[in-house]
Amino acid sequence: MTDAGINFHFDVDGDDFSSAGAASVEVKKNLRQLGFPPDVIRKVAIAMYEGEINMVIHANGGTADVFVLPDEITMVLRDQGPGIADVSLAMQEGFSTARDNIRSLGFGAGMGLPNMKKYTDTMEIETELGKGTKIIMKVKV
Amino acid sequence: MKLDQLAKELSLCHVCGSLDKEATNVYAGDLLSWVMSHATEGDVWITIMSNVNVAAVASLTEAACVILAEGVQPDAETVQAAQQKDVTIFSDSRSAYELCCCLGAILKNG
Repeated sequence: MTDAGINFHFDVDGDDFSSAGAASVEVKKNLRQLGFPPDVIRKVAIAMYEGEINMVIHANGGTADVFVLPDEITMVLRDQGPGIADVSLAMQEGFSTARDNIRSLGFGAGMGLPNMKKYTDTMEIETELGKGTKIIMKVKV
Repeated sequence: MKLDQLAKELSLCHVCGSLDKEATNVYAGDLLSWVMSHATEGDVWITIMSNVNVAAVASLTEAACVILAEGVQPDAETVQAAQQKDVTIFSDSRSAYELCCCLGAILKNG
């Protein structure tokens, strides 16, 4: 790996649950090939997956960029969805605005953002109502 | 315990995936985000969820296999996703509780 690291970019389709998780699975595969420890890979995969699912459920898709350095993995998720009205409320376990049809698929438990925070070392949320949301997560190796 | 032995002992219906994996523990749950954060590598994951996302969660958590309880059957899309991600799926008519009891006994002894 060079000092500049390795970057991955993914487009996440909105309302397409069949491909949700594709970016996470791909990142996981790549990190494993690069020889990262299993616990680091697990953290990144969980955070990425939750982020992907959130973009599919709430924001009609978006993009995911992953920047890989030997000592740190950064994930940047961007969407042009409705934004998060109350971030502190959204961060509470169990709070969800997901529709019933989403809940019937096993999502909408209000665990997405809490899981993303739990499994990363830092998480920043930039959100604007009607404009979208950008989430930056870092996992230290 | 290898999945082929586990499948024989429990008479599980094999839907797809390799039987040459090692099962070490059991996890039961249907909320996918919850499962994502609690299931671990080598788990036999018991659920009644059968949509395509089950394959992604099983793959990401590195569960040894998925057992669809209560007679739930996966749709073709789920099977296809599982095959692509090398996820092993069984189905069984027993409840999650009954399967947990059976698995607890054979994994303890095995």
